[in-house]
Amino acid sequence: MKDFLFNFKMPEHFFITGDPLIYGAYVSIILVSLAILFVLTYYKKWVWLWREWLTTVDHKKIGIMYLVAALLMLFRGGVDALLMRIQLTAPNMHFLDAEHYNQIFTTHGTIMILFMAMPFLIGLMNVAIPLQIGARDVAFPALNAVSFWMFAAGAMLFNISFVLGGSPDAGWTSYTPLAGSALDPGPGQNYYLLGLQIAGIGTLVTGINFLVTILKMRAPGMTLWRMPLFSWSTLITSVIIIFAFPVLTIALALLTLDRVFGFHFFTLAGGGSPMMWANLFWIWGHPEVYIVILPAFGLFSEIFSTFARKKLFGYNAMVYSMLAISALSFLVWVHHFFTMGSGPWINSILSISTMLIAIPTGVKVFNWLFTLYKGRVEFKTPMLWALGFIPIFLVGGITGVMLAVAPADYQYHNSYFLIAHFHYVLIGGTVYGCIAGLIYYWPKIVGWLLNEHLGKWAFWWFTIGFNLCFIPMYIVGLKGMTRRMYTYPAGLGWETWNLIATIGAFAMGIGFIILVWNMYYSFKHRQNDTTGDPWNGRTLEWMTSSPAAEYNFAVIPQVKGLDAFYLIKKERAAGVKEEAPEIKPIHMPKREAFPVIMSAFMFVAGFGFVFEWLQIGFLGLLGSVITMIWRSFNDYDRDYYIPVEEVKKTELAAGRRV
Amino acid sequence: METTTATKGYQPMEYKSEEGRLKIFGFWVFLSAEIVLFSTLFATYFVLVHQTAGGPAGKDLFEVNIFAMETFFLLTSSFTCGLAILYMRKNSMKGYLIWTIITLLLGLGFLILEIKEFSTLVEMGAGPTHSAFLSAFFTLVGTHGLHVSLGIVWVTSVMIQVIKRGFTPVTARKIFMTGLYWHFLDVVWIFLFSTIYLLGVA
Ligand code: HEM
Ligand SMILES: [Cu+2]
Repeated sequence: MKDFLFNFKMPEHFFITGDPLIYGAYVSIILVSLAILFVLTYYKKWVWLWREWLTTVDHKKIGIMYLVAALLMLFRGGVDALLMRIQLTAPNMHFLDAEHYNQIFTTHGTIMILFMAMPFLIGLMNVAIPLQIGARDVAFPALNAVSFWMFAAGAMLFNISFVLGGSPDAGWTSYTPLAGSALDPGPGQNYYLLGLQIAGIGTLVTGINFLVTILKMRAPGMTLWRMPLFSWSTLITSVIIIFAFPVLTIALALLTLDRVFGFHFFTLAGGGSPMMWANLFWIWGHPEVYIVILPAFGLFSEIFSTFARKKLFGYNAMVYSMLAISALSFLVWVHHFFTMGSGPWINSILSISTMLIAIPTGVKVFNWLFTLYKGRVEFKTPMLWALGFIPIFLVGGITGVMLAVAPADYQYHNSYFLIAHFHYVLIGGTVYGCIAGLIYYWPKIVGWLLNEHLGKWAFWWFTIGFNLCFIPMYIVGLKGMTRRMYTYPAGLGWETWNLIATIGAFAMGIGFIILVWNMYYSFKHRQNDTTGDPWNGRTLEWMTSSPAAEYNFAVIPQVKGLDAFYLIKKERAAGVKEEAPEIKPIHMPKREAFPVIMSAFMFVAGFGFVFEWLQIGFLGLLGSVITMIWRSFNDYDRDYYIPVEEVKKTELAAGRRV
Repeated sequence: METTTATKGYQPMEYKSEEGRLKIFGFWVFLSAEIVLFSTLFATYFVLVHQTAGGPAGKDLFEVNIFAMETFFLLTSSFTCGLAILYMRKNSMKGYLIWTIITLLLGLGFLILEIKEFSTLVEMGAGPTHSAFLSAFFTLVGTHGLHVSLGIVWVTSVMIQVIKRGFTPVTARKIFMTGLYWHFLDVVWIFLFSTIYLLGVA
């Protein structure tokens, strides 16, 4: 017992040292923490922080926190990317050594997918979905806070690996046996396993929450087939999350058992099967790439129809193709390891199922194009990003079909050609969707618009930079450059392409900086959104003020068809008299402290298991279970009513009739 | 029961509020995620079932007496848990408490047997680190056992709340949800029992 309680075995390096980058990280972490503490104390903001943010259950605020976190992670992942590109600018560079390079491509990939793309999209869902379906909040507001804080705990855990104990270095796919404890000892890979595990619980809860919200809480009259496309895509994504994430939970748990407790799931010794990891990982992993693309598809659909001033072309086909994609997404995972010897039959079948996905995807692309056809297209910044998405995604998709040809994939696999493919779909699809959605919903979130002029600069820097960066990768990939190599010899004909790619990467970085600068600039030179409907929108979220009151709608709107707000505006223009709606007291959930406390305990648990300090690990788990029980005993009177008078006051202040 | 639910407009207490309906629906969705979770574990078990690394296999280890008793305990507890909910619907606190406590005792009995089974295996040198088969066996059965333990904690905590507050729409909802969870664990056990233990000793 005593051995168990006081056994703090230390890894070889607890504090990582020896590299200027790392010292820089220490200094900046300490300085930023001190600055935050100082500002909060000096301006007496601690109570405010606790009441308004840490314990909030308002989906709009939770959405904002997700978006802030996602932008920070985009920055961190972007810095990783630039470091890699610097190292590869020319042959035989010594900017990073092999070990650092391994760590950086691992954290880059993991952060971009799990801690950037997912929270970015979930943040936009939080901001928009309840408004879009005419609801007052999500179905389980407290659980929504649990989702966010679990994600935050996981992300934080993953990020401190940089300075404490060392980063994971077996790739974002963490293939065994490379990621097993024999070949990769130390805490690094444990950070990957536990960071993702904790954040993954949050994602699963989000999936359940949004599924129930969308199925059960739509405004009266909004049948499923009158639902805007972003809501549809969120619904379908939620279903994929619910079926895919438990597989990740298990995969991570099993590898943790292998590494920390000496089990034999993936080790050849003891009869385990390293290939089982690849299967489990991609049974989750391929659906995961659709989890991050479908919501972006939904956002693009909203944006195309808004800025083309037209109903979306082929609404039903759009929904059916998303349903088809979601089903197929579970049936193609083997295409990630055609070369690992599954045999001709399996390869052929999975190759064909992969190519099938291109059909519903193609349907969607054509529908977007037909939505533009004869529309009165307005080239506002969200629309620019949406228009940029189409050709980029097309290239990404077509090269995807090339990769899906199993025999040919023996040539492309693990080359820069593959890297170029998935960046064309992930950046061109997901990141463009996130940025387009962020700019589109920005006024709804904060109440003022982003500057269009700067927005266009950001778009062009980013788009030109992107193509400069990744087209060369297709080419060097075909010229034989494999992924994850930290340096390369001269004379293979790769030099020029790599140089161009690095230049492109920096141009994208400039685009990102302009984007962020624009947020500050537009705040200083505020152009307020007084109407709540800056884009002449068609869906219900544009019917409330910007930002929406905490209860979203004083009176829940009645939906009469697709593009509900457009129909209402048409009636108004035609002079149809709306009866003054009767305002009733509004039922709201109270603040909750348990999500952030429980997640803090999970963070402690994760940290303990990372260093294999089991007593700390179990203590953290015990803490979070006790928090849950405590909350269960206090699960009474968790709501209150906003009186009519107060609602009226808020509505009048927002310039609405009551 | 049948006659009352058939009566027009009847709704059990846990379904009366919007919140109750949402939470129960959400819990069903959560259970479907749990099904995926256990399916994945079953899949890993069947991939690794013959990978005994020269060590013992299922037929050398599983004892019919023990797993038959475990099955008996858990299946009966599912029945008594159903009875507890029935008494709750009849607004009988006494009936609810009696059957809930019996359910808890049966659950505890199951757990004790499982812990005994595991410790005997470990003492025999057939612990989870011995072979891939044993890793998969311990993880699958242990995950179920962990769920049962959490279930016991949860049912107990709800029971205390009910004693303090009586049957209200909120406590009724909690009782109903713990019931769903308990039955779900029973269903998982039926699969464990038949595909791991029965096939294992066959
Ligand atoms: C037309 C649709 C698509 C097809 C046919 C397709 C096909 C493929 C194939 C066959 C591979 C494996 C190549 C190899 O490892 O050699 C692959 C990799 C990948 N794809 Fe796609 N893909 C498509 C769309 C997408 C989308 C929409 C995304 C994400 C938004 C995506 C993300 C990825 C990622 C992340 C990888 C690489 C994972 C890794 O090994 O690290 N793909 N794709
Ligand atoms: Cu895939």
